[in-house]
Amino acid sequence: MSRITPEEVRELALLARLALSEQEIARMTGDLDAILDYVDAMRELDTTGVEPMTHAVPFDCPLRADVVAPSLPVDEALANAPRREASFFQVPRIVPGPGGGGGEEDL
Amino acid sequence: MATDWEVVIGLEVHVQLATKSKIFSWSSAAFGAEPNASTDPICLGLPGALPVLNRAAVESAVRLGLAAGCNIRTRCRFARKHYFYPDLPKGFQISQFDEPICEGGAIKFRLKGEARSIRLTRIHMEEDAGKNVHAAAGVSFVDLNRAGVPLCEIVSEPDVRSAEEAAEYVRAVRTLVRYLGIGDGNMEEGSLRCDANVSLRPRGSEKFGTKTEIKNMNSFKNVRDAIEHEVKRQATLLDRGERVVQETRLWDAARGVTQAMRSKEQAHDYRYFPEPDLPPLVVTELEMKALRGSLPELPEDRFARYTGEGLSTQDAGVLVADRETADYYDATVAAGAPPKRAANWVINEVLAVVGDARRLSGDNVPVPAGELATLVKSIEDGAISGKQGKEIFARVWGEWGKDKTAPLTGVTATGQIGQLIAEAGQSQVSDAGALEEACRKVVAAHPAEAARFKESPKLMGFFVGAVMKETGGKGNPKAINEILRKLLG
Amino acid sequence: MDARGASLTAIVDGVRAGTFGAREVAEQFLDRIARLDAPLGCYLKVDAEGARRRADAIDAARKAGRDPGPLAGAPLGIKDIFCTRGIETTCASKILRGFVPPYESTVTARLAAAGAISLGKLNMDEFAMGSSTENSAFKPTRNPWSTAHVPGGSSGGSAAAVAASLCAGATGTDTGGSIRQPASLCGVVGMKPTYGRVSRYGVIAFASSLDHPGPFGRTVEDSAALLEVMAGADPLDATSIPAPVGAYRQAARAGREGLKGVRLGVPAEYLQPGMDAEVEAAVRAALDELARAGATVVPVSLPHTKYAIATYYLICTAEASSNLARYDGVKYGQRAADAKSLEDMYTRTRGEGFGAEPKRRIMLGAYVLRAGYYEAYYGKALRARRKIADDFSAAFTKCDAIVTPTSPVPAFKFGERVSDPLQMYLADILTVAPNLAGIPAISQPCGFTKAGLPIGLQTIGPALGEEICFRVAGAYESRTEWHQRLPPEVV
Repeated sequence: MSRITPEEVRELALLARLALSEQEIARMTGDLDAILDYVDAMRELDTTGVEPMTHAVPFDCPLRADVVAPSLPVDEALANAPRREASFFQVPRIVPGPGGGGGEEDL
Repeated sequence: MATDWEVVIGLEVHVQLATKSKIFSWSSAAFGAEPNASTDPICLGLPGALPVLNRAAVESAVRLGLAAGCNIRTRCRFARKHYFYPDLPKGFQISQFDEPICEGGAIKFRLKGEARSIRLTRIHMEEDAGKNVHAAAGVSFVDLNRAGVPLCEIVSEPDVRSAEEAAEYVRAVRTLVRYLGIGDGNMEEGSLRCDANVSLRPRGSEKFGTKTEIKNMNSFKNVRDAIEHEVKRQATLLDRGERVVQETRLWDAARGVTQAMRSKEQAHDYRYFPEPDLPPLVVTELEMKALRGSLPELPEDRFARYTGEGLSTQDAGVLVADRETADYYDATVAAGAPPKRAANWVINEVLAVVGDARRLSGDNVPVPAGELATLVKSIEDGAISGKQGKEIFARVWGEWGKDKTAPLTGVTATGQIGQLIAEAGQSQVSDAGALEEACRKVVAAHPAEAARFKESPKLMGFFVGAVMKETGGKGNPKAINEILRKLLG
Repeated sequence: MDARGASLTAIVDGVRAGTFGAREVAEQFLDRIARLDAPLGCYLKVDAEGARRRADAIDAARKAGRDPGPLAGAPLGIKDIFCTRGIETTCASKILRGFVPPYESTVTARLAAAGAISLGKLNMDEFAMGSSTENSAFKPTRNPWSTAHVPGGSSGGSAAAVAASLCAGATGTDTGGSIRQPASLCGVVGMKPTYGRVSRYGVIAFASSLDHPGPFGRTVEDSAALLEVMAGADPLDATSIPAPVGAYRQAARAGREGLKGVRLGVPAEYLQPGMDAEVEAAVRAALDELARAGATVVPVSLPHTKYAIATYYLICTAEASSNLARYDGVKYGQRAADAKSLEDMYTRTRGEGFGAEPKRRIMLGAYVLRAGYYEAYYGKALRARRKIADDFSAAFTKCDAIVTPTSPVPAFKFGERVSDPLQMYLADILTVAPNLAGIPAISQPCGFTKAGLPIGLQTIGPALGEEICFRVAGAYESRTEWHQRLPPEVV
């Protein structure tokens, strides 16, 4: 019984913005299927009441003083830009996209 | 037949915090730099860069939560929220998901004189994204200056019941943010942003209807208009027996409509997981105590105090609208001015000339609270008339603060107003003889009113006014009053 | 001074004493690289100009009576995962071809400030994903002991360069074994310190909670000397440990005095039947040697070992899929040509720019983080991680350090495993658990197969237990000569 279908692989590829050829999708389906099968063994491990370990450090988040330090000069910030226009990064035209509060509603 | 629809609104308000540096890096968080001039490896999302949390952002978030009566988590976590967009350099936003810094709480305000309290679900910290600019055909431009500016996201329960209430809620959030001094709360500039979730249900029903998310409302008026329109749109659909589609709609202020976003939507799977580059954040009891102690008296508490002290709800409302105004008023009263007259003066004279009320907290207020108190007291005591007081005020303020938009440049020296009052008092006609002469003249000129005085003592005001006119405004009102009383009997 | 087989600490001592100049050393190593690297493919980029300039500055400082630094003249290779200002940094990926960082990683800044000389950037598996360096987008690196065999990965270039004396020390990163496993396969010393001991600022992220920058050296003391400079609190890394850096060289030397009173745990789960017979024999002989040095060998158990690989791959792919989301063609790196739309730009940039292994891990990571799958996979793995960490804590109540083989097999041949991802993943079985627990571990040579391929011995310590690792490793090294063997020179 396969754990992942090519359709789901296509969905994931879209979610991860990866253009995959049909061949790659077929290959990926097989690879992921084998890996998911392997990790399925985790199910037999009883982890009730166990705290998730998200960090390997035992301390709390350190805080930084609210002090401004020099930014990168604009030319350095843009030096690696594949496409640049004046002091902007240039990209193909953006169609208003998915949700989230931070700033995607710039229209 | 149209159903009686109940409007159910929940609001998400993003507040930009006015810290000096960004939330996770040291670049300036200030608005207005040349594009991409306020960036560094961290907010550019360069390979290998790591976030380091700004203490001031945490303190602002905690103070906001305390002011809203939230429960502040002793330990909270950051999380990554993933989506692809050019203004999001890392391909994820560092936000909070499972364990936000604040939970619960409420925003209180008055709607048409009635006290309202909208419950909050949570307040969390996150970083702002950059800005996309769509200029030429086929291309967009990205400016990452704003990427990494600290935000607080305030999420309300769906307790709001009208478009007008929604606008007042947002206004109340702005007032609170400004009271705390944690941000500008300016919708037009984008330092305060609002999205609304709107649905309808038959009145009396407990179940929620299908909601739409409304975005792109960049003023209180737009909040109200957009929601009003959306409510009508949904009601029309539902009355026709059609369904409301769950979707995101953008408010188009120019055309007065909401429009569904065109993007072919896949389900938003943000794939949240705990941010591995930031260990959990701990806020200790000690720190919370210190921050609680730093809170100013909040708007609704002040409102209650002022109305309790006898001010009208209207006057109290104006005074609490900005913390600086209320502080200035409190200082004036503390310096001995009578409350009602002081309120009158602050509202009608000071606010009329100050421009931005926040200028009242600066060092260079042309008429500091203490000086205003002196002025108001002297009018109350009758040493000078109200008209003379206004002249003195205009003269002094005008010297330093005429331009409402420029920074205030100077301050009246202590005692200068006292000096001017003394001069004005002297020029007041207090000479008993001259005053008596004026009074007799006025009484003689109005025999009918004089005769009616005994039954209508209110006519005193008429007579005093007439005598003031006669003396060119320079009569000492108290003295005039006494003389008239004797004459009129 | 003979560069071939030269120890880093001996070179530094010589430069500091004025016995020879840093420039002379740099020239020798640059010459070796020019003559010998082509068939090995260790270096992606050699920075001869920069090395000469640095070396001259060190010599000038010393002549002027200034302290030239605790690593003066040390010729190092830098894994191409460390951002080096002004020098192309690719992470062995096409998607970062041409990326020139405008800033320096903390680790390379500290090494430079200590007087070390970077000779260039070393090859690796793309985005540190792999165990053989076959996943480099540019070229493979070959094992100096046998060029038909892989050097291990992902820090294959680093291990091979040290083994072939194309540098006297190197930096690497270890996320699931990527320092220790190539060290084992190439017969050199490689150390993964405690998580947070060395700053990750400027280290291109693969799996944030598992990435550990660390040193390679020819000897235990060489690695210790490098770690002393690399380690320490960094205000630019919120996960870096504030504790003071230990005296690691001293600990390595202390091993020469023997291991009386030291208890060494041997976990049954790490010496499974079916493992390579020669590896097992060499490790058992090493344990005997350590016992002769005075240590007491005690059996311990790490019962959750069998879940380590699954736990590791669930966590690292989730974090990797997130960390690699930034490679979108907008701000840096390659962008697909003739993009018809923003979405087209994204998908083709990433589809063309990433190799098969990064794509595989990004997909798996996206899968396990999906709403609805999170608890079953990622959430589960985080809990299993704690159990694995607890296993070690429990074991360390019974012993001071744990000794195991580093790799269940010696170097394998090119092409042998790369077509079966799962097989490749299983090679990490002996190294991943310390990454999950965040505890230090060192690998050193402990023998050779009959075919002449190196075998590695791993010593694992408790958190911030670098000293015990160095002491045990130093003790073993002082009683053996494996570290003095040199690979054949392909003239």
